[in-house]
Amino acid sequence: MSRAVPLCVVGLAAALAWPLLVPNYLVTIGMLAFFTAFIGQSWNIAGGFAGQTSFGHVVFFGTGAYTSTILQVTYGWNPWLAWLVAMAAGGAVGWMIAVLSFRAGLRGSYFALITLAFAEVFRILANSVPFTKGGLGMLIKADPRPENFQFKDPIWIYYLALLLCIVSLLIAWQLTRSRFGARLVAIRENEDAARALGIDVFAEKVKMLTLSGAMCAAGGTFYAQKYLYIDPGIAFGVDKSVEMLLVSMVGGAGTIFGPLIGSFTLMGINEVTRWLASVVPALKNVQPLSLIVYGIMLILIVARLPDGLMSLFRRKPRHA
Amino acid sequence: MFDPAFLVAGVLNGLLAGGIYVLVAVGLTLIYGVLHIINFAHGSLLMLAMYAVFYLWRLIGIDPYAALPVVIAGAFGFGFILYRVLIGRYNHGRDENILLITLGLSIVIDNVALLFFGGDTQTIDVPYAGTFVEIGAAFLPLPKIISFGASLVICAALGLYMAKSDMGKAIRAVAKERQGARLVGIDVENVFAVCYGIGIACLGAAACLLMPTYYVTPSSGHAFVLVAFTIVVLGGMGSFAGAAIGGFIIGITESLGGLFLGEQLGQIGISLIFILILLLKPTGLFGSKA
Repeated sequence: MSRAVPLCVVGLAAALAWPLLVPNYLVTIGMLAFFTAFIGQSWNIAGGFAGQTSFGHVVFFGTGAYTSTILQVTYGWNPWLAWLVAMAAGGAVGWMIAVLSFRAGLRGSYFALITLAFAEVFRILANSVPFTKGGLGMLIKADPRPENFQFKDPIWIYYLALLLCIVSLLIAWQLTRSRFGARLVAIRENEDAARALGIDVFAEKVKMLTLSGAMCAAGGTFYAQKYLYIDPGIAFGVDKSVEMLLVSMVGGAGTIFGPLIGSFTLMGINEVTRWLASVVPALKNVQPLSLIVYGIMLILIVARLPDGLMSLFRRKPRHA
Repeated sequence: MFDPAFLVAGVLNGLLAGGIYVLVAVGLTLIYGVLHIINFAHGSLLMLAMYAVFYLWRLIGIDPYAALPVVIAGAFGFGFILYRVLIGRYNHGRDENILLITLGLSIVIDNVALLFFGGDTQTIDVPYAGTFVEIGAAFLPLPKIISFGASLVICAALGLYMAKSDMGKAIRAVAKERQGARLVGIDVENVFAVCYGIGIACLGAAACLLMPTYYVTPSSGHAFVLVAFTIVVLGGMGSFAGAAIGGFIIGITESLGGLFLGEQLGQIGISLIFILILLLKPTGLFGSKA
């Protein structure tokens, strides 16, 4: 652990200095990397620490995005205030899904599939009910003032993403040293044994998914405020679910820095494929190309490196 | 409020669609029942088979129905090799792992399709597409009726194969008691590979039967994956009869949902059934145990 402290300090200094040194588009890439690491961490709490693999985490993301956007656009709320409500809404949805699924005793693949179905129900609802404006999506009026959660200079949204990422790292760090986190790991490793040791497995899992849902919803609002537009496909589509799962799995599920490392790795892959697409005319479709690489990485990681890229660092002997 | 003839037409249309869903679900439930893995790539593999049918028609001019033997054989071979090369190696340990691997596989397949086939919607113009058959008050497209019948014949043939052939018996033995089957000299890994191959062959057949009336895009797999899982969960994971009845129920649900709730909201019925079955009766209608 002590080896990690100087690394963290250097990393933080580099992250703080980054936007001052590089052109704007690299600031945006950094912002996206920290943001993805943040929502990835929310998945990591469920799928990594507690071992409850979710295929539909986007349900919380979309809940957050829609809650704050509706409050702001339809009811004229201040977006910062709406952000808090969005987190509460995400937590409530997490609580509801957890109570329903864990009460029914769903585990493993069954839990993964039911989260996918919940996300699908939310997507179809968002597509059909009037107060989300259906498939048209919702536009937030551009009005770049800090008190309006919109920024003229991309530097501020970058720092906000960095802040979110740091908070998520602190939460994950707390999980590795608190009794709550230890109980989640015990549940992941062997649920029946954990129960036999006196852990209230159901209550811990419900608490866990509520926390994870609230975090992910915070990411949803952030996304809506950054792009000023959401629709059911973005807010509740499978892609974001997969993205959150991917960054955690690639970086290292159940580790503090896994989602962050995974997120930067995927950003790197994105940039490399974009470059490849620009030099090889046959590969002009960038999006599928990088997703193919992601898919292969996911297979390789699960098959060969179940603890993700983090385990490459950890293999080194700790004491010389 | 509504015309009963309208309702009858909706039910009949749903039944016809359900007939093909049965084939898709039988493949999924077979793979689950024997290998105990949830094949998340099922929808993507179906999409791939649909493209195979499309290109056989486009490039060589083979009618989708005439392509059945070729596509079934090809799909079987593809599934068999896929199992040997990828799935079989990781078909052990935590069950989420194989789910994640098949998720990775579906991401790769979907995007390879997008890269090579483009994002356009592709359809096959068969000369009989516009032929309708009048049943009661309902006009039903002829290809849908042919596909329905063909799907039932293929399911029956598969059932017969499972009941009578040596391989069928071996598959059932492995499904019941893996260790015991190995002890009496059954090559379990081979049975797994054959089984996965048969599951994918069902998709090949479904693709041939779908293409005369349906379209294909690289994201077609998404449309089917939750439907197939719902049918299998509804019928009971691993149950053949369950997959058959589940297929019809879901076909009708989808058709009536579309009729009464509209195109968008109508899809919600399937997801809701899926959630409710998992929450209330995870063994499904015919499953022995979850």
